[in-house]
Amino acid sequence: MSKMHVKMTVNGKPQEALAEPRTLLIHFLREELNLTGPHIGCDTGHCGACTVDLNGKSVKSCTMFVAQANGADVTTIEGIAAPDGTLHAIQDAFREHHGLQCGFCTPGMITRAYRLLQENPSPSEEEIRVGISGNLCRCTGYQNIVKSISAAAETMAASREAAE
Amino acid sequence: MIPGAFDYHRPASLGEAITLANELGDDARVLAGGHSLIPMMKLRMAVPEHLIDLADIDDLKGIDERDGTLQIGAMTSQAEIIGSGLLAERCPILRETAEQIADPQIRNVGTIGGNVANGDPGNDMPALMQALNASYALTGAGGTREVPARNFYEAAYFTALEPGEVLSAIHIPIPPAGHGYAYEKQKRKVGDYATAAAAVLLTMEGGVCTSASIALTNVGDTPLFAEAAGAALVGSAFDEGAVGAAVSAAEAIASPAEDGRGPVDFRTRVAGVMVRRAIGRAASRAR
Repeated sequence: MSKMHVKMTVNGKPQEALAEPRTLLIHFLREELNLTGPHIGCDTGHCGACTVDLNGKSVKSCTMFVAQANGADVTTIEGIAAPDGTLHAIQDAFREHHGLQCGFCTPGMITRAYRLLQENPSPSEEEIRVGISGNLCRCTGYQNIVKSISAAAETMAASREAAE
Repeated sequence: MIPGAFDYHRPASLGEAITLANELGDDARVLAGGHSLIPMMKLRMAVPEHLIDLADIDDLKGIDERDGTLQIGAMTSQAEIIGSGLLAERCPILRETAEQIADPQIRNVGTIGGNVANGDPGNDMPALMQALNASYALTGAGGTREVPARNFYEAAYFTALEPGEVLSAIHIPIPPAGHGYAYEKQKRKVGDYATAAAAVLLTMEGGVCTSASIALTNVGDTPLFAEAAGAALVGSAFDEGAVGAAVSAAEAIASPAEDGRGPVDFRTRVAGVMVRRAIGRAASRAR
């Protein structure tokens, strides 16, 4: 039951550490790398507060061993804004449209929305609801979260057009 | 919740994985996506001393068609099933079923091999595999044997998989072009197991049913192939007599547990309703 050498790229930075294989990815991120943005909500794979981006896919980091993520490219909520602190369009939209109340689910919601809008840059309301169906919010009733993601999609499409 | 400690192995080939599985014996479990095993380990209901992660084995990946049969590698994720153009064309019920499993994050990691091999009666793919008359390739030290999905499940979490064997691929005979299909699942919320669910595949000619295959999810210790329910439809034009007989035949073999999803009678009736809806939708899709 020895520790293993774990290497991964997290928010663009190479990271290395010794960890027990049984360490869950969420614990590795929060306790070893001090990235406390991804939250532990239900700890059973239901709520999505621990959602991170792993090799270009949304995953629940409470249901993955750090050993499985060895060598992976991981993005957490800390890696979504620009390095100078400028908020991502999705983060701006959540603020603008009151897409959060207590904020506990927000890192998972935004990290999931970040990937969803790459999978589908102009989702319908229904597609947004299906896309975030693995993320639970106990405050908002989802209405403003859906509005925020929808607004972010429009902003992002407009800036893509402006760039062309 | 912290799982028990284990040693982690990540073999690069199926041969290496099987050698490890045989050397380590009962102390080892193979790890696919982990979305059934890891929750069990966090609850300490499973405490393996060794995990053999199949993630790096290329032979367990990919979706192919050969001689009228689809081959799906065991490590294919549910998201890859949903995204496959080949499956959408040849066997679209796979996508329809995968879309009703859990949520996007879990479908990115959870695999079809893990779903069918685990023997959890709540999983959706096993009943579908029975309806499709799929078979599983079980690879061990002595080679590979094929076991039909209809003979694979013995009891909850007990299957025909022998110690030291790995479920390496799923083989599905491609249903005839123009077949009708539907997977109907009632669940309380996203991510829940079915209160009851039904897979239906059928073919029609001139408005008359020429073949039908029905199987049920989560209303017994194992998935249930409802042979008599399918037979009740053959030769009919889906009149109430035939559909009612199919529903009754399905309800007759259902024996769900009473749990948070409802009492036995309720879940049995839901199974019947799922069968009725799936027949209706499958018949409307058949050409």
